Amino acid sequence: MVPDSLKQYIGKVDPPHLREVEKGAIRRYADAVGDDNPLYYDEEYAKKSRYGCIIAPPGFFGWAKKTISSSEGLIGLIGAMIEAGYAGILDGGMAYDFYLPVRVGDTLVGSPKVADIALKEGKTKMMILRFETSYTNQNGDLVAKSYQTLIGRQL
Amino acid sequence: MAKEQIHWEDIEVGYQMPILEKIAHSLMLVKWAGASGDFNPHHYETEFAMTQGTGGVIVHGLLKHAWLIQFVTGWMGENGTIKKFSCQYRGLDFPRKMQSMNEPVDGETWQCKGKVSKKYVEEDEHLVDLEIGLENGKGQVTTPGTATVALPSKKKGK
Repeated sequence: MVPDSLKQYIGKVDPPHLREVEKGAIRRYADAVGDDNPLYYDEEYAKKSRYGCIIAPPGFFGWAKKTISSSEGLIGLIGAMIEAGYAGILDGGMAYDFYLPVRVGDTLVGSPKVADIALKEGKTKMMILRFETSYTNQNGDLVAKSYQTLIGRQL
Repeated sequence: MAKEQIHWEDIEVGYQMPILEKIAHSLMLVKWAGASGDFNPHHYETEFAMTQGTGGVIVHGLLKHAWLIQFVTGWMGENGTIKKFSCQYRGLDFPRKMQSMNEPVDGETWQCKGKVSKKYVEEDEHLVDLEIGLENGKGQVTTPGTATVALPSKKKGK
């Protein structure tokens, strides 16, 4: 059984947050990955590409303009999960539907939602959290949807 | 610079993508923390990591995801478009330590591998489905995944 302290979060949506897609942040992200694709850092090159400007590596959606720290929001869910005894938190997986490229200078709005919470009972009990986030750009167009899984293990 | 563009007609189901090799090490994990904003000490502090039941500092799942995206987007070329992607972190990966300011010690090398599992046309797009995965130094796939990519077609003259 998923405890009520966690169950109450299913379907909850964090307040939409603004994300800026900056040139330097893209470059730093690509550098950390070790991806030397010139579309991510070479302005002249990118200008001549079909995108017409630098783009972000798929999966990078810039930085939130404000740190999200609302205990009401999804951060609260992580706290509640730790309190319920599932303190060993690991990433479970990530998936995307990509609709449009993310371009340098874009301002995106991300809307994260708790899609599901489930208990998996095997050798040990694990709490499986599923988040869905839609990213929309400054033109109101849907850029991508992400589906993230987090796992809480009893330590 | 950009390599030669691959076209939909160039490949068949079963085609093996060229392998992309990666080495995870402490420095890279710190860089990733800064670039991605994931500052969980599980990825850089041994003492904390030992309390997390994983046996030590582990590679960020999202760094592995970013490697697999690099693998797919690098292969598909500039006129390819990634439509869908997914990966699951099934096994833990442990970074190499450093022997100097920027050189890791000898050890494990990871490999991104993949093959074409389906080739089809849908709504005028020339698509391929890929089965991909990150393999550790022991040959175990710790991070399996899938992707769907639209490739340019020779017929469209693109």
